[in-house]
Amino acid sequence: MTFGLYVARRVVVLAPTLFVVSVLIFTLQQLLPGDPALALAGEEHDPAAIAAIRAKYHLDRPLLVQYGIWIGNVLHGDFGESLRSRMPVSELLRSKLPVTIELAFCSMLIALALGVPAGVVAAARKGRALDVVANLVALSGLSVPHFWLGIMLILLFAVQLGWLPASGYVPPWEDLRLNLRTITLPSFVLGTGVAGVMMRHTRSAMLETLSADYVRTARAKSVAERMVIVKHALRNALIPVITLGAIEFGRLLSGAVLTEQIFAIPGFGKLLVDGVFNRDYAVVQGVVLVSATLFVLLNLLADVLYFAVNPRLRG
Amino acid sequence: MKRLWRRPAAMIALGVVAAFVMIALAAPLVAPFDPNAVDFQAIRKPPSAAHKLGTDEAGRDVLSRLIWGARASLLAGVIPVGIALALSIPLGLISGYGGGWLDGVIMRVTDAMLSIPFLIVAIALAAFLGPSLTNAMIAIGIATLPVFVRLARGSVLALKTEEYVEAARAVGGSHARIAVRHILPNMLPPIFVQSSLTVAAAIIAEASLSFLGLGQQPPAPSWGSMLNAAQRYLSQAPWMALYPGLVIFSIVMALNVLGDGLRETLDPRHS
Repeated sequence: MTFGLYVARRVVVLAPTLFVVSVLIFTLQQLLPGDPALALAGEEHDPAAIAAIRAKYHLDRPLLVQYGIWIGNVLHGDFGESLRSRMPVSELLRSKLPVTIELAFCSMLIALALGVPAGVVAAARKGRALDVVANLVALSGLSVPHFWLGIMLILLFAVQLGWLPASGYVPPWEDLRLNLRTITLPSFVLGTGVAGVMMRHTRSAMLETLSADYVRTARAKSVAERMVIVKHALRNALIPVITLGAIEFGRLLSGAVLTEQIFAIPGFGKLLVDGVFNRDYAVVQGVVLVSATLFVLLNLLADVLYFAVNPRLRG
Repeated sequence: MKRLWRRPAAMIALGVVAAFVMIALAAPLVAPFDPNAVDFQAIRKPPSAAHKLGTDEAGRDVLSRLIWGARASLLAGVIPVGIALALSIPLGLISGYGGGWLDGVIMRVTDAMLSIPFLIVAIALAAFLGPSLTNAMIAIGIATLPVFVRLARGSVLALKTEEYVEAARAVGGSHARIAVRHILPNMLPPIFVQSSLTVAAAIIAEASLSFLGLGQQPPAPSWGSMLNAAQRYLSQAPWMALYPGLVIFSIVMALNVLGDGLRETLDPRHS
């Protein structure tokens, strides 16, 4: 199969998934108890005013028509208006996304820096003390509640030692040094969880490649063990790890809900939680829809990367 | 079970999980204080002989609240998985065994749900349903559903082509009988492994929802809601945050080790 055909097929499969996501999100709003027109009217109880709201937001139309209008607007970048701030939701999403991307990027760097070398060392020392310790640390990274780890790190590095700020965010273009100081702790919190996943996958991919015939041949030719691991085994073991990285990046973009909340980082996660507590459903819908779309696109990227770097799939 | 016995880490983990369950069941007997008893003379007292893990912002005993909170947190781990199992096994059987347009619909909805991150689904559903422990459990159960449906369907698809299933079909067994008598018992092991891992994820999810105020409502204790309260007193009463987190970490770690052990026992290819 050619690369172009593979990408085209994957994109075609993606469309119905995104369509069903949009239907699910729209349906969720319909399940809300109470009349949305009354909720939007607030203190206003005049039937004419309520009827006007119903007409303005197309609430008097059949559900299918309402969905059509909503998805049509979404496809034109119009996610509605935030009830709380009276700002267009698309503008809110645009302003918060770069913050979350920066956080996800920094977390990913930490995860790769910790997870991949630990996985390689654990595989190279399989069954020995170093392997057991690396596995234990990885499992701890997967088991620790990240919001609690965040609280503990604030307690240690902000409250006790005073080395880093407890919360807040400064954009990099305003003050890069302060930006890095504010982003360090939340990135570490998110990065440790992903590092655990990376370590386990790198280890199992390395164990598989280390038992492959070509690695055995390299060893038989007396190639130095370090060369065998780095040049022969790691290069191939990294293929599934790269694709996993893309998937985990997608998870990080939307999985930072509590971390952003604890560190008061004004990203996607905080926007979602604030939207939930303010009953700002247009915001909640917007965040969930954009998160799901980003996640699906990054999964597509993972598949495409896997196809691109794995010559065995190209017949 | 015999093979699991040979894995000491998994057996220790099983012991830890059993200990947590017993403590939760025996909460009225082992908790030194009433978990909701307010004592304004003992507000935010550090660990002492009287209060082994200190007291919280209302003078309530942290250890007693942890013990009682185990009930909410363990239930929130088990019930969502029960909901997911009750729905996913029939859906997986219908989808995998029946095939056709129904399979297409079930899989598209599953794919769509899988594309929305787990915690976001749980938060959005809990918010729409309203804040309570029951609604949090329902939300977590629905959020975990797609993973189980996919797993169940995959198992059914693999088992459908097994010789003993074809033999049952050849001797005239009805579809329902084949699905229930021959496929169902054999599709359970991977689902069982996934369950233990999902209980761990559900405990963290409940703690996360309660931390946000969408789960267990005060004054009833849960580990997540204790952490929520603790956040406001980090510098004055760090013990309020330390112990609930350690407890969540311990049970989740134990469940993950147990899940790994079960997977390696039932499917040695993963070891």
